[in-house]
Amino acid sequence: MKNIHIKNGQLVDPLAGTEHAGDLFIAEGKIVGVGSAPAGFVADEVIDASGLVVAPGLVDFAARLREPGQEYKATLASEMAAAVAGGISSVVCTPDTDPVLDEVGLVTMLRQRSKTLDLARVYPVGALTRGLKGVEITEMAQLHEAGCVAFSQGDVPIADLQVLYRAMQYAANFGFELRLRPEEASLVNDGVAHDGPYASRLGLTGIPVVAETIAIAQITQLMRATGCKVHLARVSSAAGLELIRAAKREGLKLTCDVSINHIHLVDLDIGFFDSQYRFDPPLRSVADRDAIVAALNDGTIDMICSDHAPVDDDGKLLPFAQAERGATGLELLLPLTLAWARANKIPLPQALAKISSTPAKALGFDAGLAVGNRADLLLFNPQASWYVIPDKLKSQGKNTPFIGHEMIGKVAKTIVKGKVVYSA
Amino acid sequence: MYNPQLNAQGELIHLLTTEGLPRRVLHQILDKAAEFVSGGELVNQKFADLAGTSVFNLFFENSTRTRTTFEIAAKRLSADVSSLNIQASSTAKGETLLDTVHNLEAMGANLFVVRHSESGAAHLIAKHVKPGIAVVNAGDGRHAHPTQAMLDMFTIRHYKGDFTNLRIAIVGDVLHSRVARSQIHALSTLGCPDIRVIAPKTLLPTGVEQLGVHVYHDMAEGLKDVDVVAMLRLQNERMAGAYLPSTQEFFKYYGLTPEKLALAKPDAIVMHPGPMNRGVEIDSAVADGDQAVILPQVTFGIAVRMAVLSIVTANQKGLL
Repeated sequence: MKNIHIKNGQLVDPLAGTEHAGDLFIAEGKIVGVGSAPAGFVADEVIDASGLVVAPGLVDFAARLREPGQEYKATLASEMAAAVAGGISSVVCTPDTDPVLDEVGLVTMLRQRSKTLDLARVYPVGALTRGLKGVEITEMAQLHEAGCVAFSQGDVPIADLQVLYRAMQYAANFGFELRLRPEEASLVNDGVAHDGPYASRLGLTGIPVVAETIAIAQITQLMRATGCKVHLARVSSAAGLELIRAAKREGLKLTCDVSINHIHLVDLDIGFFDSQYRFDPPLRSVADRDAIVAALNDGTIDMICSDHAPVDDDGKLLPFAQAERGATGLELLLPLTLAWARANKIPLPQALAKISSTPAKALGFDAGLAVGNRADLLLFNPQASWYVIPDKLKSQGKNTPFIGHEMIGKVAKTIVKGKVVYSA
Repeated sequence: MYNPQLNAQGELIHLLTTEGLPRRVLHQILDKAAEFVSGGELVNQKFADLAGTSVFNLFFENSTRTRTTFEIAAKRLSADVSSLNIQASSTAKGETLLDTVHNLEAMGANLFVVRHSESGAAHLIAKHVKPGIAVVNAGDGRHAHPTQAMLDMFTIRHYKGDFTNLRIAIVGDVLHSRVARSQIHALSTLGCPDIRVIAPKTLLPTGVEQLGVHVYHDMAEGLKDVDVVAMLRLQNERMAGAYLPSTQEFFKYYGLTPEKLALAKPDAIVMHPGPMNRGVEIDSAVADGDQAVILPQVTFGIAVRMAVLSIVTANQKGLL
């Protein structure tokens, strides 16, 4: 393993909340010196980081890797390459593969495959119920031993509250965290867009905001009853955020995230039925988007995730309601987070915390630039701009509403476990 | 703003929705349709507007009336017409909507008339057809049914002369109605000052007032002094979705009876896009009464569809 000296970088530490120029020294997969080299350090490689930000590698809290089962959309190899090209050193993957991640063997296999690739680290989230069917709970304790960091239902909410209640009791018993997307399925019904004037105009079936707020109310009530830790995934509405704000004030162990898409886009962007804008939860109104931005600024929303969903062209070249949901996101997580930070004058350490140190803390490690921290690092040029061109994306998923958009902030190098795994 | 239905000169090259079309284009359609009507009847003559043009009726959803009137319209303009009932053929075998369209392009199609159960299907096709090929929306999901709306506009103009002093009530299942949406946009553009929708809350789309209509939940209030009553069809499936308790209760409160119609102006006309559910949304005494213009609507529908086919074909040819 090489000793690396990263010199002349702008060191941004989201964990400490600091930013200053300096050098960084890494060895044996860890940071061994900040500012000056430790005694006896001999660099095998010197990286000139002039003009670059040096920060902890990004931690993406939700990405669909599609393998196993949907390799025509993406493979672990293609998506891990995309992750490191996006500056992501740790990927939390969702259980909604085919088969679903509900058995120890599948989790072990996934971890083995990702270890062989030796790119980004993979943190699997296990299925909360078998086959995500919402009927029987999985062997959570054994799945946890196999490496699952939390449990979730992916995008399929549990319809039966009795099952959710028991699942939360059982998870609380072991201290496991559940990652739940707050959505009451019976109120979604066959909805495909935010229930508002624009969906009415297009004749698209609406998903009302109450589908989210009722689910949040139910989940928070069950948290009080069971003591279960919950992370709410992909919050989309102003009213939902208001409930979360109140629950946090009360002291519930509740965290939440939002996707990069929902920070920037609204229902009107659907335009003439553009299926690139088909998301779950749906893109909501301008007022909801503004509330999301305000909640990010005030800390109600703890983190930002890519909500990466590789979808092939066939999945998008369909009438809006039939089109597959989601967009590629691994390579857009950094620039779209920076765009939010720029627009709201958020200092870089606080902005990067939403996509590194905060999700890392939830996974149980420190994403900082102190001696002893992991040598999982990201070097990027905060001023460089680039355009989103499908063929240039490493991900097998080429579909995103941001095709053709200018992105500011370009990854130069990604280092995982002390090793350079990506160089632009 | 960009409008996929218009070319760079602002001419109609597809008809996908009445929304966003300038008044001049709506008038052009109505004026052209008037050339095909004489004394309230279709001019009994063949025209050469679509000679050498291959029209494909692509119906992914059941329809008898709309498909037939499009066929008649195309044939009267001397087009070669093929009608496909797609439900029974390719999509059942897994072919996608765009695969079907590209196959028919390869067979030399010049114009597609499309009906589909999904909102936005006609827009999707128009975006992906080769240049020079026109798309006419014959109904997509709940979104739009522009030729129906334009034949309604033709009917209103035929009986009332002008739109700028009219009070119009659209009654019934607005939520699921592509006809209502297209009527509202066309009436707004044509200058109708008072467009009303009358329906129970379960059958109105969220934020419907933002389409520029006045909302009523009571027939007696909503029908007062209107010049035109546009009824909508109520589908039986609505009982299953908990939108309504029963057709009987709907008829009692929202069905158009002679008593309720008496609240409108004495010379008010009654329209219905068909097929009618007698005793559900409309009483037979009204449907067959003097104020009903439901059969003339069908006749005018052919003239309006002829006008649309003629205009988009001419403008597409101008492109090449």
